[in-house]
Amino acid sequence: MSPRKIREFFIEKLIFLSGVASIVFVALIFVFLLKEGVSLFKTIGLGDFLGGRFWYPISDPPKLGILPLILGSLLVTAGAIALAVPLGIASAFYIAEVAPPRLRDALKTCIEVLSAIPSVVLGFIGMVTLVPFIKRVFGIPTGLTAMTGSIMLALMALPTIISISEDAINSVPGEYKAGAIALGATHWQTLRRVIIHGAMPGIIAASMLGIGRVFGETMAVMMVTGNAAVIPKSLLQPVRTLTATIAAEMGEAVRGSEHFYALFAIGIVLFIISFAINVTADLFLNRGKKR
Amino acid sequence: MTAEAPTPKIEVRDLTVAYGRESALRNLSLDILPNEILSIIGPSNSGKTSFLRALNRMNDLEPRIRTTGTIRLDGADIRRDLAAEDLRKRVGMIFALPNPLPLSIFENIVYGPRRSGVRDKNILAGLVESSLRSAFLWDEVKDRLQSSAFKLSGGQQQRLCIARTLALGPEVILYDEPCSGLDPISTAKVEESMTELRKSQTIVLVTNNTKQAARVGTRTAFFLSGEMVEIGPTDKIFTAPDDKRTEDYIVGRFG
Repeated sequence: MSPRKIREFFIEKLIFLSGVASIVFVALIFVFLLKEGVSLFKTIGLGDFLGGRFWYPISDPPKLGILPLILGSLLVTAGAIALAVPLGIASAFYIAEVAPPRLRDALKTCIEVLSAIPSVVLGFIGMVTLVPFIKRVFGIPTGLTAMTGSIMLALMALPTIISISEDAINSVPGEYKAGAIALGATHWQTLRRVIIHGAMPGIIAASMLGIGRVFGETMAVMMVTGNAAVIPKSLLQPVRTLTATIAAEMGEAVRGSEHFYALFAIGIVLFIISFAINVTADLFLNRGKKR
Repeated sequence: MTAEAPTPKIEVRDLTVAYGRESALRNLSLDILPNEILSIIGPSNSGKTSFLRALNRMNDLEPRIRTTGTIRLDGADIRRDLAAEDLRKRVGMIFALPNPLPLSIFENIVYGPRRSGVRDKNILAGLVESSLRSAFLWDEVKDRLQSSAFKLSGGQQQRLCIARTLALGPEVILYDEPCSGLDPISTAKVEESMTELRKSQTIVLVTNNTKQAARVGTRTAFFLSGEMVEIGPTDKIFTAPDDKRTEDYIVGRFG
């Protein structure tokens, strides 16, 4: 083989390996999670794990029910989404369709900055500002609540929702808009019927990705939600999420104990839920592209 | 010329359209007569489309465009006396490429009327049928009004766009190279509908196809580099134009 051929051969293989690496890593992570997590189910049933109402991992015998954690995650996520989705979509429309060019650029920069703030910093800011605020406004014993977590997470989901929705709005063909305007529709009427219609798959995908971001977030939420593993009855009480549980307890769980395996099993649950959210988002994104 | 001049439908006076510093159209004055088909021919960058889009204020959508001069529709200044939305209902536009909305055939046609407040289902259904008939499309789509407009062929989509403009009952229809993407049969159908519509509407047709102007236009104007070189009855423009440049363009020496 000529030196040139050899070089081509190596470059080709190197690129191939880089491409395949991500698939291999995902597969390895999943196998590892599964191997460690499944060990738990030798001693405890799947129903008791997912549906158990008590998470006392270090009592004897340990109670490893993650229902309070699942509900905690869902509650915080739902609250965050209720805030971030309407706000995010509205501001995406403002940026894409209404704002004058200079303001548009300023806003886009601000949103990028928001997405660049590390979550631990956001969590810290939330801890010293939002937590006392919530405590005072609602007159409750602690400001470390599900609602506090929802607000912080909404802030973190906003950049994702805004920038992807804005892309979706901008990719609605200009001919639709021109067509509607030429039929005597006002700007607002065009926006409402034609542009929202065209951008809808992208907006849904943006929201799903926002949900994914919120659901998987750990640090900020651990810092402001109080981490009490009880089944939440309202937004104004401390909750603990799936992610925060792993982060907080992995360091102290005895390797090879049921507690240790239970944390891996939580990892599997998280993995499956995040995966489902992302696949749904992808489906909507592709549906938008096909048309 | 012996015919007494009728009151113009649209009077254009000293119209200048500029993109930033470059003017696309300079000091244009002309009258558009009721129930005529005025064809506008000329090479690209001659200002044809800028002129057309000034007539229904579509140029307003592009903030860089500055327009001076006056355009009067039945004597009313379209920029001072009329709201853009009302103007566009009276002066409809057909685009170069068919641009149906991402809705069903039915919804495409009732889009305009709905926005101007028509709610009655019978009236809307009647509008759909009558405007599709006028656009020579009814027989082809009457059994599938609820299917997506994108399922139609290009020629059908263009006739749908004509129908949807007709549903608003416009007085003037602007065609911006409406057949540039269509096959000869579809082109013939669009032209047929134009000739038919002329009975009740005034039509301005911008076209790159001089033969089309010769076929359907009652009068023809020749634009070149932002100015109108010549306007006159189509027969005269095509057989004995006053200006040498018009003749050169028509016989294909440039453009």
